[in-house]
Amino acid sequence: MTRTVDGEHLVGQPIDRIDGPAKTTGGARFSAEHAYPGLTHAALVPATVSRGRITAIDTAAAAAVPGVITVLTHGNAPKLNPPKRPTPANLSTLVSGTQVNYLNTDEVHWDGQPVAVVVAETSHAAREAAALVHVSYERLPAVVDFAAEEPNAVAQKGNPVMPGSAKKGDADAALAVAPVTVDARYTTPQHHHNALEPHATTAVWQGDELTVHDSTQSITWLRKHLALRFGVPEAKVRVLAPFVGGGFGGKGFAWPGTIIAVLAARATGRPVRLLLTREDVHRAVGARTPSAQRVALGADTGGRLTALVHTSVTRTSRVGGQPEQVTAPAQHLYDATNIRTAQSQTTLDWMPNTSMRAPGDAIGSFALESAIDELAGELGIDPVELRMRNEPERNPIDGKRFSHRMLREAYALGARRFGWENRSPEPRSTRDGRWLVGMGVATAYHPAMQFTANVTVRLAADGTVTVRCGFQEMGMGNATVQAQIAADALGVPFEAVRVEYGDSALPASVMAGGSMQTSTVAGSVLAACGKLTRRLSTLARRTGMQGRTPTEILTAARVPFIDAAVGSDTRLGALAGQARMLAKVVRDQRTWAKAACGAHFCEVRVDADTGEVRVSRWTAAFDVGRVINRKTAFSQLRGGIVMGIGMALFEEALVDRRTGRIMNPSLSGYHVPVHADVPPIDIACLDEPDPTMPLGILGVGEVGITGVAAAIANAIHHATGSRIRDLPITPDKLVT
Amino acid sequence: MRAFSYVSAPDVATAVRAVSETPNAKFLGGGTNLVDLMRENIEHPDVLVDVSRLPLNGVEELPDGGLRIGATVRNSALAAHPLVRTRYPVVSQAVLNGASAQLRNMATVGGNLLQRTRCLYFYDTASPCNKREPGSGCAALGGFTRDAGILGVSERCVATHPSDLCVALVALGAVVEVESTRGTRRIPLTDLHRLPADTPQRETVLERDELITAVELPPVPAAANSRYRKVRDRASYAFALVSVAAALRLDGDTITEARLALGGIAPKPWRANEAEHVLTGARATEETFDRAAAAELDRAQAVGDNAFKIELTRRTIVATLRELTHEGSRP
Ligand SMILES: Cc1cc2nc3c(=O)[nH]c(=O)nc-3n(C[C@H](O)[C@H](O)[C@H](O)COP(=O)(O)OP(=O)(O)OC[C@H]3O[C@@H](n4cnc5c(N)ncnc54)[C@H](O)[C@@H]3O)c2cc1C
Ligand code: SF4
Repeated sequence: MTRTVDGEHLVGQPIDRIDGPAKTTGGARFSAEHAYPGLTHAALVPATVSRGRITAIDTAAAAAVPGVITVLTHGNAPKLNPPKRPTPANLSTLVSGTQVNYLNTDEVHWDGQPVAVVVAETSHAAREAAALVHVSYERLPAVVDFAAEEPNAVAQKGNPVMPGSAKKGDADAALAVAPVTVDARYTTPQHHHNALEPHATTAVWQGDELTVHDSTQSITWLRKHLALRFGVPEAKVRVLAPFVGGGFGGKGFAWPGTIIAVLAARATGRPVRLLLTREDVHRAVGARTPSAQRVALGADTGGRLTALVHTSVTRTSRVGGQPEQVTAPAQHLYDATNIRTAQSQTTLDWMPNTSMRAPGDAIGSFALESAIDELAGELGIDPVELRMRNEPERNPIDGKRFSHRMLREAYALGARRFGWENRSPEPRSTRDGRWLVGMGVATAYHPAMQFTANVTVRLAADGTVTVRCGFQEMGMGNATVQAQIAADALGVPFEAVRVEYGDSALPASVMAGGSMQTSTVAGSVLAACGKLTRRLSTLARRTGMQGRTPTEILTAARVPFIDAAVGSDTRLGALAGQARMLAKVVRDQRTWAKAACGAHFCEVRVDADTGEVRVSRWTAAFDVGRVINRKTAFSQLRGGIVMGIGMALFEEALVDRRTGRIMNPSLSGYHVPVHADVPPIDIACLDEPDPTMPLGILGVGEVGITGVAAAIANAIHHATGSRIRDLPITPDKLVT
Repeated sequence: MRAFSYVSAPDVATAVRAVSETPNAKFLGGGTNLVDLMRENIEHPDVLVDVSRLPLNGVEELPDGGLRIGATVRNSALAAHPLVRTRYPVVSQAVLNGASAQLRNMATVGGNLLQRTRCLYFYDTASPCNKREPGSGCAALGGFTRDAGILGVSERCVATHPSDLCVALVALGAVVEVESTRGTRRIPLTDLHRLPADTPQRETVLERDELITAVELPPVPAAANSRYRKVRDRASYAFALVSVAAALRLDGDTITEARLALGGIAPKPWRANEAEHVLTGARATEETFDRAAAAELDRAQAVGDNAFKIELTRRTIVATLRELTHEGSRP
């Protein structure tokens, strides 16, 4: 059972991450850092047309580069099984980033699709040769302009974990008669993940046994996927990812680099390392879809919402792509009498889009939370007060109960820490030298979920504990947190717990995504520790050692260790586990509206002449349920805010609408925030456990980014009087 | 990147001879631009002659009060030099507003002058580009032109020169000293870079084998009250959307000397002669600044989506001159 948090317990403590020393001393090996005898290096050749057929590939010049071992194309690459059509009945089918059978087809489906790979003795030789591969195409008409395709969007299908459209009452009729309204269009561009570590794979075949070091967020599913694509039993595939240098969703699925590295290793019979270039990361890994959104709000003069309409258009591809829950926040945030949300998609000849930190919610909250601010302006009501007047008691769209919702408290706490009461209500009313100063606010909201993970925990007679679970660590601190939880549950010191993770040979876990890994693994660790505690008391009773330490009990019982397992990795066990998990997720969704939420407060300074924006102050107060580790959790929340600053002010893939080609596939052209763009970020958490989640955890990975762009846009409006509805908010938009 | 050979030159004569005698050889400074371009398969020299260790790394005071800056002085050393900081603060500020600390530690003055455009299509070998492949066309036209120029561009090429340092130097009337097997010549920096016209691939008046050995700054009394203002998309580590290098000498509220140059808006560092003409001898008022900006931007033309630059340049000129007036008139 959950224990209370007090000074004696580890849960809640800001414990240093256990992988910290390995990372800061260079001891941690990432996926491109594994040396194997005979290691070779691969480089991708990306297509330069958006749709077409390869008519010829001239590899002569490339093959002649000293050190080149082979150039693989669809003409000579080993056969590969095509990916399975995605179905929720087998979640591992979702893991294929695209439906393309790389180097097994002459068809090109997006500008950037790898059409050849060079394998060489050095990475320099591989890259030099890759640039010399000459590909001829028959170009086919391609649809690549998202803005032009918007009118052709069709309704997007929902699924059990991701609702599509929703409706309560007649929002359009209510809007038509509302005394005060806002009806506006917002757009967000395509975003790329750009984790510190580019995607990397080291693949080694020994006979039909495959070992893959891959920068994946999804060890278990990737293993299944590789087994399927390469036609070997799952038991022969081992995926290792103990260290991943950031993922944010961009490493959730299997992208071409991983598959092609394994293919190249099979073709050459030698170990292959493929480290994507920054350009490859942009061209050969899915991005966040661009969006065009409409938010229409109707209110009475007292500020009570009578109508809320939120619709979105996003992009998917002919060869795959994820739906996004852009309008989901509108179903949960405001107690509007009438609500309508609708999501639609265009289909383009484009790289399939993929999850990026808070998919849907991050961009949807920009539009919704900007519109609420606009409404506050129309009404002359303080934007925090307007939110409080519309804070629901039950989930607005369907009346479900909230398992936990402390948004009022988060607002009160954040406003106090930030000094919101000092804000003068008039836009453009505060100036400090050349700077126009403004304050903005917005709500953060991200659904909480729990899946199931298989875990084994061993308690040994020497007092040590080993937790084994194939989860992944991308820097979030999960290993540290699970050690804290196990130590508390078994009453042993933190140092006595070892956590093994990041290896598909371990009990299968969930992917790191949807902010659900920590709570999911915690649920299983707690259950396993509970089993161990019960067995220990049985042993204690039997040996007359009640009240003694685990070491004393096990020694007296002459047992070297005891094990407890949760879940099973047999085929049947896995199937049963997945069925149980889906049933639980659906049941949970039917019963509760469950989410982490929070309030962002920020101050911006806008140069009165040039429109340059600096974010100067930030306070965010969150309800994320129980905080297990203040250090790692706050760092996740802070990281989300930094990424949100990027979304608000800088990030934009420049896709040439004539060709569908990304023109800024580098960190020099694709701007992310630099240190000088990030102010000190003050984080506060209410730290109240959610009663329906293991240990009361609601997840911290994604909620941080939601609402950030709106808070900044609202602050810019307050500073300047200009309302910018198209991200990113660059100086040009403020000077014209 | 293609394989190449590398030699490090012990002295100027050897360096110049090596490049002159080897058909596809190039000088290498800090390599922060050239090596990037080689990695991106835009430049393919067979031989690199490293000049970064030549004994040209001093900053000397000239008898007339000017400065002689060696071509291999690192950007960071230039910015930190006491004489530069006190006599020509605009130079120091321009350098510190560019790139990152690591890059500035590597980059040389000579290399900075000759860095190439950041046009997105120039960097993409799959796109036609008249500068990279003469006669192939200009993909920027009709595409992304947010970073394109508003002055001095041609139908063949609308790219801008990206250097911050050059903008400050050109405002101060810097002169570039060049060495080749044919001897030494001195070129005013305003004449070093060419406008694209029909030959955007020819970016400067230098011959391939001409080595920059020094940059000389004349004494400029106004420079003590000078400023570099760079407007960019993020607080640091981004090229200029628009930049202004300005120096003003005031006698009461009358401008007795004015220097103005613009960056980010033209194929070369742009000395704002028209604006200087309006400013010199006029009263330092908002109205004068507006007129000066208008005179310079009279011929400015938007290319696709960069119309904002005309207004942004105007505002940045006025704001920079306003600041200098406040500071220059302080006792
Ligand atoms: C990520 C990034 C961001 C940057 N941001 C900025 C910025 O904001 N502002 C800015 O101004 N710059 C910026 N730069 C550019 C940087 O300033 C230049 O790369 C640098 O100044 C070039 O100097 P270098 O010595 O490294 O030149 P190199 O790369 O060595 O050479 C550049 C060119 O000059 C030639 N050359 C070098 N020395 C001589 C010489 N003595 N005589 C004749 N020819 C010579 C070379 O042959 C080559 O053609 C940035 C660069 C990068 C990579
Ligand atoms: S603007 Fe100049 S550099 Fe850019 S694509 Fe056109 S020709 Fe090339």
